[in-house]
Amino acid sequence: MRFRTESSPHMIPSHSVGGVMQQVLMALVPGTLAMAWFFGWGVLVNVVLAVLFAVAFEAAIVAARKRPVMATLGDNSAIVTGWLFALAVPPLTPVWVTLIGIAFAIIVAKHLYGGLGYNPFNPAMVGYVVVLVSFPREMALWPAPDTLADMSLGLGQTLQAVLTGSLPGTHEWDAITRATPLDAMREGLASGRTVSEITVSPLFGSFSETSWEWIGNFFLLGGLYLLFRRIIHWHIPVAVILGVAIPAGFFWMLDPDSFASPAFHVFSGAVIIGAFFIATDPVSASTTPLGRILYGAGIGVLIFVIRTWGGYPDAVAFAVLLMNMVAPTLDHLTRPRIFGRSRRGPPPGDGHA
Amino acid sequence: MNPTLTDIIRDGLWHNNPGLVQLLGLCPLLAISGTMVNAIGLGIATTLTLLLSNVLVSLIRDHARPEIRIPVYVLIIASIVTAIELAMNAWFHGLYLILGIFIPLIVTNCAIIGRAEAFASRNSVPRAALDGLMMGLGFTGVLIALGALREVLGQGTLMANAHLLFGDWGHGMTLQLYPSEHGFLLALLPPGAFMAMGLLIAAKNWIDSQFEAEPSPTGDETATATEASPDNA
Repeated sequence: MRFRTESSPHMIPSHSVGGVMQQVLMALVPGTLAMAWFFGWGVLVNVVLAVLFAVAFEAAIVAARKRPVMATLGDNSAIVTGWLFALAVPPLTPVWVTLIGIAFAIIVAKHLYGGLGYNPFNPAMVGYVVVLVSFPREMALWPAPDTLADMSLGLGQTLQAVLTGSLPGTHEWDAITRATPLDAMREGLASGRTVSEITVSPLFGSFSETSWEWIGNFFLLGGLYLLFRRIIHWHIPVAVILGVAIPAGFFWMLDPDSFASPAFHVFSGAVIIGAFFIATDPVSASTTPLGRILYGAGIGVLIFVIRTWGGYPDAVAFAVLLMNMVAPTLDHLTRPRIFGRSRRGPPPGDGHA
Repeated sequence: MNPTLTDIIRDGLWHNNPGLVQLLGLCPLLAISGTMVNAIGLGIATTLTLLLSNVLVSLIRDHARPEIRIPVYVLIIASIVTAIELAMNAWFHGLYLILGIFIPLIVTNCAIIGRAEAFASRNSVPRAALDGLMMGLGFTGVLIALGALREVLGQGTLMANAHLLFGDWGHGMTLQLYPSEHGFLLALLPPGAFMAMGLLIAAKNWIDSQFEAEPSPTGDETATATEASPDNA
């Protein structure tokens, strides 16, 4: 009897791509619900719209490339891209902004480069940066967290605001939007106030604003779940958070009046979701263990540098895209030693490999 | 070997277009194509330079010694560009201020010295003149297409500031297609220039492939076969 010998790989991974993406989506749920709790229906409306657009664009471009449509949609990666994009933009983003951002994410950043697995840049972040750079006015409209706002928009009013781009009834943008903690810190420092004067506002909890702290906590929960299920490895998230916290802590110790605390940096904006969900994108991140640590640390340091001295209040998307460019070089320079060989070249004692 | 006159025209405008195929002179092409008027202005200046430099280089082609031909060409091109710069400063001062450093930089546009070396130095004066004109028009065409695309996407207008180029009656030439506060700013920024340029090149290649595919159906099959092969690998 002949035994059939399969070619390698002989160890089949327990996760399919679609399965991995499903786990990521599940892990995103608690943080998304926390965001919806604080920022209202807009978050959920954005997620639904962005996911719908992402799947539609993915289907259209895959069909145009004459590839199997259903098989490609089955990997769920378009859903993750749409979802992450929706979490990055403000909750009342007009629908046409979402449409343009998702179109860039799926068509330009993903499929012009060859589709899932070939894209050098994180598609969701490309889409977000495109709209952030192109529509600065729309991207600055963060509503005040509901716990502090006098009134909140219902589902119908939110839909109307998102679809028409104008607020219903007597609501004014100025009345319902407010600076995010990062904006407040940035403008406060620029106008010569000290950190303690800025954080004395009732909006601030122990580290950052209460709402952003809780959102960060729930994304952290989802991230820990991914770590526990071994969907992601610890290297990148830990390196990102330390990459933000260590330089932030250094400058904070030098001058706590003009530099925010490391805890403020880690729990404001998108650091937690970025560390666990965005920087860990298996396609565009570094893949070797040492490479992952350098990649994550680079993202963290860039976030701190751009936030502190750059032109934008938050910088997770820019930092991720910049490090995406470096990832192939990092992989090349940090290739692990092959078993039975010295670090460079043939096995020991064998001159002619 | 010796291209016919139609070949010269077709090469300059399409098959060997300096912007889309040779990818020469990308620096002014990408930097100045933010609006259509800038594109037209720089396109005219570049076309004039190409035409004059090709004529002069062709005139001296039997007298310039090969060892020093490149410095001689550079001197000729630099004098022409200086003359054009002074002329624009005199007659199109507003546009001159906007185009700024990119007018003197026409000297370094490799499309110009490329045509002088590759074509004008080996061809008679009329043919060199035709080549310079067609290459210049090809370059101008790409500049205008890119400028129109970026201007419409970026600020929703066409031919804004046309008075800088056409005088007072240019004020009426500006088309406002949609309110400018919804403009797609990325199109006006440098990355937008690169992306739009990439899309134009892709469009040109796609048009070419459509024309190539039509006459022979067999060629079409091989094209799809090679397209599918990365999947099997």
